Formats: sequence, C-alpha cells, structure tokens
Amino acid sequence: MNSNMARVANRTAVPVEAYFPDRVVRPAEKREPVSVRPTRRDLAVDVSKVGLRDVWLSYRAQDGQRLLALENIHLEVRAGEFVCIVGPSGCGKSTLLHLVAGLQAPTSGEILVDGKPVQGPGTDRILIFQEHGLFPWLTVGQNVEFGMKMKGVPKAERAERTLHFLQLVHLAKFHDSYIHQLSGGMRQRVAIARALATEPDVLLMDEPFAALDAQTRDLLHDELERIWNQTGCTIIFVTHNVREAVRLGDRVVLLTFRPGRVKTEFPVNLPRPRSLEDPEVALAARDVLDQLREEINSSLEAEYTSGVKPRIEPGVTT
Amino acid sequence: MKRAAHYLAFYAGLFGLWTLLAELKIWPPYLFPTPWGVAEALYNGFADHTYWIAIRVSLERVLIGYAISVLLGMILGLGVASNKFLEETMGGLLVSLQSLPSICWWPLALLWFGLNQNAILFVVIMGSLLSVTLAMEDGRKQMPKIFGQAGRNLGAKGFKLFWYVLLPASLPFIVSGLKQGWAFAWRSLITAEMLYLSLGLGQVLMMGRDLNDMSAVIAVMLLIIAIGYIVDGVVFKGMERHLQNKWGLSPVS
Repeated sequence: MNSNMARVANRTAVPVEAYFPDRVVRPAEKREPVSVRPTRRDLAVDVSKVGLRDVWLSYRAQDGQRLLALENIHLEVRAGEFVCIVGPSGCGKSTLLHLVAGLQAPTSGEILVDGKPVQGPGTDRILIFQEHGLFPWLTVGQNVEFGMKMKGVPKAERAERTLHFLQLVHLAKFHDSYIHQLSGGMRQRVAIARALATEPDVLLMDEPFAALDAQTRDLLHDELERIWNQTGCTIIFVTHNVREAVRLGDRVVLLTFRPGRVKTEFPVNLPRPRSLEDPEVALAARDVLDQLREEINSSLEAEYTSGVKPRIEPGVTT
Repeated sequence: MKRAAHYLAFYAGLFGLWTLLAELKIWPPYLFPTPWGVAEALYNGFADHTYWIAIRVSLERVLIGYAISVLLGMILGLGVASNKFLEETMGGLLVSLQSLPSICWWPLALLWFGLNQNAILFVVIMGSLLSVTLAMEDGRKQMPKIFGQAGRNLGAKGFKLFWYVLLPASLPFIVSGLKQGWAFAWRSLITAEMLYLSLGLGQVLMMGRDLNDMSAVIAVMLLIIAIGYIVDGVVFKGMERHLQNKWGLSPVS
C-alpha cells in the first residue's frame, strides 16, 4: 500500500483529490515543541551544542506581503549528534541552516551555539551547499586553504593541513586542479574538506548530495559517516530524501509545509554502519514518509488554491 | 590555414586598391597619400623620436585615467549594486549619462582644471568611468549569491571579503565592461589631445593636419588603431583566456 502510494505520488499533474478521495484537509494545528529523546550514539554527549528556541522568521515577499517561513521552531542538537531535517520543498529547511550559520537573522527567537547566541557567521559552523559553493577561481588546494587563510593561519601549517584534509576525502592528487575539472561527487568532497579545514564544531549540510548520481551518493554517505566518526563533529543535514535521512541521522526531524514547524522527531536507533538498502532503514523511512506525505499534500493543496500547477518534489522516495 | 589565407587575400586586396587609387592620381597626393608616403612618415616619425614620445605620453595618460576609472567605478558600481536607495536614484542617472560623449565635459574641464594634463585626465575618466561602474554593478548582481555566503561563512569579512571573494567572483561578469571602458578611455584621450596643444598622439595627428601632411595623419591613425588593438588582443584576450582556464567554459561568455 505504502509503496503503491509513493508511486502514485510521483506521477505528475493529476488533482490531489484523485489520489486521496477520502482525505480530509484540516487547518494545521499548533503543536507543542517535541521533547528530545536520547538516541544511541556513544560519541554523543548529553550537552546541547546547537539550540533553536522559539525561532520565528518572516520576510517580505515581492508583492509586499509578509510571509511566515518558520514558526516557533524548537530544536536541540547535542554535541556530536547527527541530525537530519526533512520536509517538503518550501518548508524553510535551508533557511534554518542559514540561521544557524549566521548568514541570516531570525525575526524573533534565539539561536544558541554552546549556549551563546549566534551573532553573524563564524568558522565554528560551516555550511556546505548543494552545489556551486566552491570558488571556481581557486584551485582545489586553495579552496580548502581559504578558511585558514582568512583566519590567519601561517602558510606552512596551511599547506600541511590542506593536504591532510584532501587525503581525508581521497583527493590529494587533485590539489592543483580547478573546480570545473572535477566531477560532481569530487566537488562535494572538496566542499567537505574545505569545511573541515576550518575545524568547525558544527557541519551544516544543505542537500549536499541531491545533485549526485546514486552510486556517488552511496559512496559519499559512507565517507561522511566515517569522517563524522573520526572528527566527532556535530552535523545538521538537510535533505528531501527520507531514506538518506534515516540512513545517516541519529535523529530525523520532520518540518511542516509553510510555515515550517517541527512536526515530529524520529529517533533512529539502528546500528551503524548502515546502508541505504538495509530493510530496517526502509522500514524506518516508511514511518517518516507517511507523515511527510501529509505535508506534501498540503503543499500541493496550497499550490492549487493559489492557481499554480502542482509540483511533487522529485527526490522523495521510499 | 584557410582563415589565414582569407586574411591575407583581404588585406592584400585593400592594399592593392589603396595603391591603385593613389597611383591613378585622381586626387592630389596631399589629399590622398600613397602607402609608401605613409610608410615613410611612420619611419621618420619613429626616427626622430616624435612618435615614441607621443606614444609614451598618451599611454601614460590613458593608464592613469583608466586606473582611476576602474578604482572609482568598482567602488561606485558595488555601492549602486548593494544599496537599494543608490540603485533607484543613481542607477538611472548613470545610464543616461552614458549617452553623453565624454568630450562634452571638455569646456567644463578647462574651466575647472585649466589648460593642462588634469583636464585631459578628467575627460578620460568621464569617458570610461560609467562603463566600468555599470559593468561592476551588473557583475555584482549577476554573480551568484552563494559565493558571498560561502566566503562569509568561511570567515571572510570587510575588505577581505571584497578582495578575495566578491572581486574574483564578479570578474568574469565585468571583464567585457572593463574592455569597453578601456576603449572609451582611449578614444576620449585621443579626442582630448586633439583639442589641446601638448605632446601625445592626438596632438601629433593635428600637427599633420596643420602641416597639410596627410601621410603623417594616416600614419598616426594607424598607430592609434594598432595600440588599441594590441591592448585588446594582449591584455583583455589574455585575461579572458585566463578566466576561462580557471572557471571552465560556462560562466565566461
């Protein structure tokens, strides 16, 4: 039944009612913040690394109306935890990362890192973008070096650490290549190396593997898990792929469609290393997906009533 | 190979036509000089150092004027691109000012600076500043936002952010504007020099007119073309090729 529904949901341009004739659309109810349940990771310490407290964000749209993007977000991420955030497109999950990165300020509420409020960008939190985040006018090595250069790390030390982090992502051979000479997967590995080189405590990843082919993505999942184990950093990972979220995360946080609220949190108590093909992963993903689908439907609903053609997010699969 | 043959045929034809018309003596030689006359004028001009000095003086002026234009234009362009108020007010003014030939500033420049080098520089700057400003504004807007975000995220701010991120990121988008600015600067300079009696290619050209020496006039015209062409071909083509190697083909048109 479930996989059947997913298949149906992946086809395009038929009214929602045709798929789910018995569905009742209720106005979104206001939810209490979900308490954090402990998960099973040895490295994770029970200390809040990143905390979002009562965060609201609204912005002015082009037609002058105020749009509420994030509503009353409460989220605690513990040190060393791997948290995945999923939600329909337009739920503000990328914006959430920008807030934690300090690239944008919330309209109200508090964002704490190590108990201190975030004031602007800092190299303790590095954001990895879906694509194009690397500097095309610099070589791979210079890209990795960039954060350290801005910090004023001496040249010799920079060179040494650049090499170290390139080796960590298996790209030492490409030190002098330019970005356009690399494949998509290699670029994301450079982005990871560049982020790690500034020795951040928190890695913020904004759908970093969405544009990659399946094989490359599998490989990078393994690498990311290994690097996370080696460095012990905290990771907040945004994706629209539920399977990916369950495969990687200690916890999966589901956001509602616009405005984004925390709908449900799913602890993932599966042993590592995991694989995307594990039946347990698929099973856990199904729970998340059932709820995500509700949100996707309300996003379709919203696009219908505003006269826009429905668009189903392409990457949502069981 | 074929292209080279086309080139050769075209220029040989042009040269032949010129020789033919000159040899037919339809017009007197002081109105329509022969190629040999122009070659001789070029030789003499270089032999008595007139052209060397004129080229040096003109290049010096255009380089100073252009450098100031680029510096000011980048600051202005960035300002207009990143400030909504400036964009709404000054944006339109800049575009409309661009339709004004820079030599129109000459009378004002004379009054403000007197009959000297500064007046010439002013005209050169007014000629190229707008192109650079508009190019920078456009480049800053076209530049993907993500570079600035990534730069800030990696700890770059203030001048470092501009120098290491925003400037190199917008370079592919402003290189054509810089090129256009150069062409305007060079033209404005020659025009201004023609109106002002001091060394420089424009003035040497006018000297040819005063002496009724059309061979000299054409010789200097050839020099002006050659210098403009060389700067375009060496400096800007080199820059474009360099950018292409780094960025790959896509962002550089």
